[in-house]
Amino acid sequence: MDRNYDAVIVGAGLAGLRAAIELGGQARVAVISKVFATRSHSGAAQGGIGAAVGNEEEDRWEWHMFDTVKGSDYLGDQDAIEIMTRDAARTIYELEHLGVPFNRTRDGRIAQRAFGGHTRDFGKAAVKRACFAADRTGRVILDTLWEQSLRKGIDFFDEYYVLSLMMNGAGCSGLVAYDFATGDIVSFHSKAVLLATGGAGKIYKTTSNALASTGDGMALAYRAGAPLEDMEFVQFHPTGIYKLGILISEAARGEGGILRNAEGERFMERYAPVIKDLAPRDLVSRCILEEIRAGRGINGKDYVHLDLTHLGADVIGHKLAEIVGFARTYAGVDAAREPIPVQPTCHYMMGGIAADADGHVIADAGGTPLAGLFAAGECACVSVHGANRLGCNSLLDTLVFGRRAGVTMRDFIQNAKPRKPFATFRKQAEEQLAGLMAADGPEKIGAIMAEMQETMMERVSVFRHAEGLQAALSTIRELKERCMRISIQDKGCRFNRNLVEAIELGHMLDLAEVITAGALHRQESRGAHWREDFAKRDDENFLHHTLVRLGGEGPQIFSRPVTITRFQPQERTY
Amino acid sequence: MECTFAVYRFDPAVDRKARYQHYTVSAEPTDKILDCLNRIRWDQDPTLAYRASCAHGICGSDAMVINGRVALACQKLVRDFQTANNFVIEPLPVFQVLKDLIVDLAPFFKKHRAVRPYLITNGNVPEKERLQDSENQQFIEPALRCILCASCTAACPITRVNPDYLGPAALLRAFRYICDSRDTVPLERLKALDNDDGIWGCKTMWWCTEVCPKGIPVTKCLGQIKRLLKKGDAQA
Repeated sequence: MDRNYDAVIVGAGLAGLRAAIELGGQARVAVISKVFATRSHSGAAQGGIGAAVGNEEEDRWEWHMFDTVKGSDYLGDQDAIEIMTRDAARTIYELEHLGVPFNRTRDGRIAQRAFGGHTRDFGKAAVKRACFAADRTGRVILDTLWEQSLRKGIDFFDEYYVLSLMMNGAGCSGLVAYDFATGDIVSFHSKAVLLATGGAGKIYKTTSNALASTGDGMALAYRAGAPLEDMEFVQFHPTGIYKLGILISEAARGEGGILRNAEGERFMERYAPVIKDLAPRDLVSRCILEEIRAGRGINGKDYVHLDLTHLGADVIGHKLAEIVGFARTYAGVDAAREPIPVQPTCHYMMGGIAADADGHVIADAGGTPLAGLFAAGECACVSVHGANRLGCNSLLDTLVFGRRAGVTMRDFIQNAKPRKPFATFRKQAEEQLAGLMAADGPEKIGAIMAEMQETMMERVSVFRHAEGLQAALSTIRELKERCMRISIQDKGCRFNRNLVEAIELGHMLDLAEVITAGALHRQESRGAHWREDFAKRDDENFLHHTLVRLGGEGPQIFSRPVTITRFQPQERTY
Repeated sequence: MECTFAVYRFDPAVDRKARYQHYTVSAEPTDKILDCLNRIRWDQDPTLAYRASCAHGICGSDAMVINGRVALACQKLVRDFQTANNFVIEPLPVFQVLKDLIVDLAPFFKKHRAVRPYLITNGNVPEKERLQDSENQQFIEPALRCILCASCTAACPITRVNPDYLGPAALLRAFRYICDSRDTVPLERLKALDNDDGIWGCKTMWWCTEVCPKGIPVTKCLGQIKRLLKKGDAQA
C-alpha cells in the first residue's frame, strides 16, 4: 500500500506530538508509532519540566542556561542552550493553556520544586525551577498533547514499525513501515520526515526505559548515512529501584530526600558540599558506586538507601505518590517508614542523531542539512545536554525543539516540490523481511540480547577503561555476526513480536557499537563518560563533539567544535 | 520455583477456536507476571502475543485477566497470588481478541474521543498561566492518574450488557474536564452525559474502582458527575 502526506512523524512521544500540533491543520500529517500513542515512554517522566518562571522564588533564564552548560560539562552548544532556556517560560505557559494540570501554589500559580543541578545566581544554592504535576508530569503532558492532536485531525498509525527511510542523494522522501497488526508493508511518501523515536536504554541490562526504547530512529538515520553525535554519553540515573532499575524520580531528593550509605551517613555532603543530594546525575551515580566500592553499600551489597521517611505524609501523598507506589509494589517497601534500596540505572541518551536547533538532521561537521529529514527529542543531539543532562531538561528539550522542528518543517513543506515516489525502497524492505522470516539459524534472539545488555552494563556504563571497552567492542561485533544466524520461529503475519524484536536487536547492536567506539575514542573523563585510565577532563584535545558515520568498514569517527558563547569552561564542582 | 501458566491462545487468522496452552516457568516470588510472559516468549514460544512497554504500570499497555481478575501484568508479582503458583492468563473481556492476549481497543478510544477530552476555553489567553486554585487541581488529581489501560471499562458489568455505554474510563476523563475550573463549557459537557448511555449507565457497581491499577476512586468521581446533574435539575 502507498500513502501520501506532507509530513510523516515517527514517534508519538512529546517531541513528535508537539511537532504534529504545530503542523496540524496546515499540512497533511501522519504520526507513526510502534506502540499506541499514549504508551510512549515520555509518559514515564516523573519529576518535572524546568523553566525559570520564578513562581516560588527569584529565577532567571541566564541562571538556567549556566546550570545547563555547567551540567553538560561544557560540551553542550551554548547557542542551542540559550534558545532552550530562553524559550522555557513560554513553553510552560503554552502547556498550561493547552490544559496541562500542573500542581499549583497557594495563590493559584504553577508550583515549582528543586531539582538536581538547578541553582540560583550561577551556582550559589539550589533553586525551585521544576514545574510539575505530582510525580507524573510526563504522563499528563503526553495525555494533553495527544488529546489536542486528536482535535487537530492528525492521522495516527499506531503499532506501525518503520523499516527504512527513503533516502537518496536528493534527501529523504518518506519511509517504509510494517503494520504490526496485519503484517502489511506500507510506503509513506512525504516531503518531510521527523524522527522523534526517543531513547535506547534497552541496550543496557538495568534501565528505567521501556521495552520499546530500542533506539530505532537513531539506527535508521545512521544506516541511511546520517551521523550520530556524542553517543558515548549515556546517563545513569542515580536512583533506580535495586535490581529492577525502575525510576525513583529526582523529585524525591528535590522534596528533601537523602541518600545514605551502610553507615547511615549522608555521603553526598562529602562529594558536593553546596548542593549535596541535588548534585547532577553523573556525579551522584559515580558517588553511589564509589561508596559501594569502598564497602559502604547496604549489607555489603551493590545498593544504597534513599531516605524519604522524614518528609511527612503530605509531601509523600501529594507530590510523590507514584514513586511511593512503585516502592511498595516492586520493592515491598513503605517509603514513609523505611528507606528505598536504590542503585544507578540506565536512563537517557545525551547523544543522538546530529541535528541543529531548527530540527534539521545534519550531514557533516559543517552542519549541512539533509533535505527532508528532521529529528527532535531524545533521539536527536542538538546538543543541549552535552556530556550530562540535568533533570527536568528532557521534557523541555522535547517541547522546545519539537515545536521548532514543526515550524521548520512547515516552511520546508511549503517550498518543497513533491518528489517522484521510489518503489525500490519498498522492494528492498520486502526482501529484507522475507529474508528474515525465512531465517532458520541456530541462534536465539533472547540470548544475544541478554549478552549485549550484560556486556554494555559491565563494560560501557558508569566507569570505563580501554581494556574493557576493547573487549566490549569485540563482543558486540561477535554478537552482530551471530545475529546473522538467528531464526524467526513465529511465521505468522499478525503481531509478530519475534520478527520486530529481531530488527530491534539489529538496531541496538549498531548503537552499542557506536557508543563503545565513541567511548574508546574519547580519552578523557567528562560528564557521564568516566574513563578510569584518563580520569581528567581534557579540554585541549576533547572539547569537541564526537560524530560517527557508518562507513564501509563500520563506524567512522570525526568531530565538530563545541559552540561557546557566554560561559568559558571552568572546573566543575558543586 | 516452578510456576505453571495456562495462557489463552487464539489467532483468528488461522484458529477456529481458542485454546489454553500450558507453560512451566522458573520464577522468583518477586518476579512480575510480565517477566514470566517475557521468559515464555524469549525461551520457549516466540509466537505468544501480548502488549507491554514501560513494564512498571505507567504506560497502560498490558492490562489482561490474571487468575480471573483484570490487572496489569507488570504490576502484579508472582507472590501477590495465593494460587499455588498456578496462573491462568486471559485477554481483557468485552473487547474483540486480535491475537492471544491482544484485544482491539478501538471502541475504547472512540468513547474516549466522544467526551471531547481536551480543555475548552473562551479563547482569552493570558500572557502567563491561568490561575487555578490548588484545591481545584487536587480535586481532579485522582483522574489525572488514569493511564488509559481500559481495566475499568473491561471489568464493568454494564459495559458487558450495553455496548453503547461510555464506560468508566471515558466518564472519568469527562469528570476531569467538567471539574477543571479552567474549562468554560462544563454545562455542555454535563448535558451530553445526561442519558442512559452516559453517566446514568453507571449503576454504582464499584468494579471499576476495585480493579483500577492506579487506585483511582473511579466510582466516586462518576458520582460527582451525577451529583452535579442532580444539583442542576434542582436549580432548574
